[in-house]
Amino acid sequence: MDQGLRSELSKQGIFTSTLEELYNWGRRNSVWPLQFGLACCAIEMIATSMARFDLARFGAEVFRPSPRQADLMIVAGTVTKKMAPQVVRLYNQMPEPKYVIAMGACAISGGPFKQGYNVLKGIDRYIPVDVHIPGCPPRPEALLHAFMTLQRRIDSQKLTGANRARHLDPEAPSEFPVPEFGADDLEPAYNPQVWQPPTFVRDE
Amino acid sequence: METLEEIKGRIENEISGAIVEILPNDSPSNQRSLLIGAEHGFRVAAWLRDEPALRLDYLSNVTGVDWPEKVVKDKVKVKRVVEGEEKEIDQVMERRLGGFLEVVYHLYSMEHKHGPVVIRMRTGDRAEQTHLPSLTPVWRGAELQEREVFDLFGIVFDGHPDLRRILMWDSFQHHPMRRDYVEVDDYEYEPTPHDAVLAKARQHYPKEAKSE
Repeated sequence: MDQGLRSELSKQGIFTSTLEELYNWGRRNSVWPLQFGLACCAIEMIATSMARFDLARFGAEVFRPSPRQADLMIVAGTVTKKMAPQVVRLYNQMPEPKYVIAMGACAISGGPFKQGYNVLKGIDRYIPVDVHIPGCPPRPEALLHAFMTLQRRIDSQKLTGANRARHLDPEAPSEFPVPEFGADDLEPAYNPQVWQPPTFVRDE
Repeated sequence: METLEEIKGRIENEISGAIVEILPNDSPSNQRSLLIGAEHGFRVAAWLRDEPALRLDYLSNVTGVDWPEKVVKDKVKVKRVVEGEEKEIDQVMERRLGGFLEVVYHLYSMEHKHGPVVIRMRTGDRAEQTHLPSLTPVWRGAELQEREVFDLFGIVFDGHPDLRRILMWDSFQHHPMRRDYVEVDDYEYEPTPHDAVLAKARQHYPKEAKSE
């Protein structure tokens, strides 16, 4: 239906929509985050959900203490190599449709601890991340911005066709392998289906 | 509080066979410490806690130090006959000092409001003789910190109630705070690499790649 006819109809008091819009509207406005924090970023996440910043405006005030009731994982803080398998396991236990926001420098890249022996260099090595937020820690506004970005992303998802949302594609994986503890490092060090090392040209 | 010399003298009088040495500290704080032989370490610790004038009943910190093997060069004057004449010549002698691991305890007294008294114990070497007595039965607060020293330095505390790794996972094979620990080769892009990280960047991202 073209936009002109649609606005003409709405002037006559007839509201038209598509199933896709209705479906995305419903999902976008009731995202339930998992109540789960790893480090100082979690404090900013808590501040975001409180009265001053009020994440409830976006329909995401219900932080669920169980992965089975949540559909957004906010990875808020440093992911140590010891903690990484548990984070992946929590993600696997969440039902589809599910989304991930990697919050803060540590969760996206290892941050200030990147060269440390015990810190994972970003959670996107094991699970697909929808929105990355830089910052150490990011302010609540940054988390709200990430949240709005996620909402726009949900809004643009298709129900059918090749570009349809992941949870509507029976071929797409819903669970990702949990890394094992090895003698020196996690095994594997990253999941090649989700992430590949960047190719980078050094200047000096 | 009495001086370290007095404490050392009293320990040696009270506990037969105890070896105590005062370690100097050249830094501005001049905080000297007592090096205690591992054999009598447990009895000395219990005495320090219970002795009425000291009552070091609060353990604030436990940490480990790794002292790798090192070569010390000494200049020695040697008399030698050079071209028919006897001359004094400086000769450099190399001494090899064996490495060891060290554990440091910082003690205070809540009762007398004094401290700190720093005590240290040393292992025989860095490979086989890494056992030291656990002081957890004396100060309960040592439990988790001794586990941390065990995890990161590999000092085995005999008599510890629950000696497991605490920061790294159980199947991890190394002791990361040792000076000779080699971390896994997992360098990734860093926007402003320096020093050791720059060396890794050069190794992982050779410059030749730019011309392509």
